[in-house]
Amino acid sequence: MIETALIIETVVKAVVVLSVVAAMAGFATFIERKVLAFMQRRLGPMHVGPYGLLQLAADGIKLFTKEDIIPQNAIKPIFIIAPVIGAASAFVAVAAVPYFPEFTVFGYTIHPIISDINVGLLFIMGAASVGMYGPLLAGLSSANKWSLLGGARAVIQLLSFEVVSGLSILAPIMMIGSLSLIDMNDYQIGGVANWLIWKQPLAFVLFAIAGFAETNRTPFDLVEFEAEIVSGYATEYSGMRWGLFFIGEYANMITISVMVSIIFLGGYNDMWFIPGAIAMLLKVSLWIFLFLWVRAAWPHIRPDQLMWLCWKVLMPLSLINVLITGIVLV
Amino acid sequence: MELRGFKNRNATPGYIYFEGEKESQNSWERFKRFSARAVKGELFVGLWIVLREMIKFNIHTVQYPLQKLQMFPRYRAIHKLLRLFESGHERCIGCGLCEKICIANCIKIDTKVDENSRKLVTEYSINFGRCIFCGYCAEVCPELAIVHGDDYEHASEQRAHFGLREDMLTPIDEFKAKKQKEFPGFGALSKDADKFVKKTPLAY
Repeated sequence: MIETALIIETVVKAVVVLSVVAAMAGFATFIERKVLAFMQRRLGPMHVGPYGLLQLAADGIKLFTKEDIIPQNAIKPIFIIAPVIGAASAFVAVAAVPYFPEFTVFGYTIHPIISDINVGLLFIMGAASVGMYGPLLAGLSSANKWSLLGGARAVIQLLSFEVVSGLSILAPIMMIGSLSLIDMNDYQIGGVANWLIWKQPLAFVLFAIAGFAETNRTPFDLVEFEAEIVSGYATEYSGMRWGLFFIGEYANMITISVMVSIIFLGGYNDMWFIPGAIAMLLKVSLWIFLFLWVRAAWPHIRPDQLMWLCWKVLMPLSLINVLITGIVLV
Repeated sequence: MELRGFKNRNATPGYIYFEGEKESQNSWERFKRFSARAVKGELFVGLWIVLREMIKFNIHTVQYPLQKLQMFPRYRAIHKLLRLFESGHERCIGCGLCEKICIANCIKIDTKVDENSRKLVTEYSINFGRCIFCGYCAEVCPELAIVHGDDYEHASEQRAHFGLREDMLTPIDEFKAKKQKEFPGFGALSKDADKFVKKTPLAY
């Protein structure tokens, strides 16, 4: 009986999280266009609906009704499954992310996390890394040089940033002694002064940089940089298959924002007078805004610069950080 | 300024020659260069600038079908043929200068001598498929008859639209409603042109 309830609860949570995150990912595209436009003294989408709000629906209809083209020389099964891997792994990563403090509805306590596994952080990072198979397989199977270059760059990026994000997160893990994101959140109970960012500022910066690389956002958007490789791995994709890549990318953005907020910025604990859930929403929105802001302001770097940055600068820094943390803890 | 000032070709004193960045010798210097480049605040200056523009919200977009730009007087769009303000006759005297000067060879003008032995323009057309909107015709016209308008929306179904005399000539009802404006742009007289008129010397 209890197991049935658990299964039903988990399924309901999964459906809610999937639909909300997918909707937020769609909405983030609209926000991105608006914010970028405002920063460039433009208006952005204005014609569909009030202030262009229904542009979202128009884009969705366009994506769903577009012809689905599979190139003649593409390897068909891989070409078809690659975007599914990209989107699915992004949503799988979402499963171990807690969003809000637990709350009670009709006397039934709800934990807003699909599954609180004790290696939550590892699971999220692993699932997000699997997401790189999407671009890689897409690039290899498209029979297109731009796609191939994009796929190669995706692997370069994976090899570079994954080390940094893993090592930079190691220092907080050593302090907290747990891989569960809920434990990390509980570690920072008691106001802004207890946030981990004050104890681990270097790890915070390193993890933020690695997060930008993981989501292919602007300083590291070399996987699909238009001026160099057209659209990278997504060059040959059209319609909803392309849309799946896009949704996966934005879901990853949301996941990274939530992770940074939980690990370093106090999570969903109450902030001054702001209740925890709203504080969490504010933090995540701030991080999404930061992603867009950086995209409006900064140029992107070359692949060799990315590797140089990750291997020669960020990795030694994160190792030093781990070392210092260890010495302090001992 | 004297002429001698212009003839001095030796521009060196005012210039500072940049020798290029110094090649770094050892790894310590390379490290210093790296940290100087990496810790520069330029990235944050960029962030601040875009945020400032967003907060100022000084939007430059023209929402085109709803808002339209007022073209400045010297803008060279589709031509117009004007009428005389006094009589309402068309100004063109059929001199053919515009046809002669047109470097794209797109103006076609045909004239005949009518029963009062006055020159009459029978055909006047511009091939807008060839016209490069250089403005020579408006500049050369002695009567300010052919001028450039400011109507920049010239999409049409036919290439020949806009190019015939009845398209370009001010319609007579519009003229009667006093809607024809004197052309202020390319080839027009300046506002203070009267000051420069001199009496023809009749000494001979």
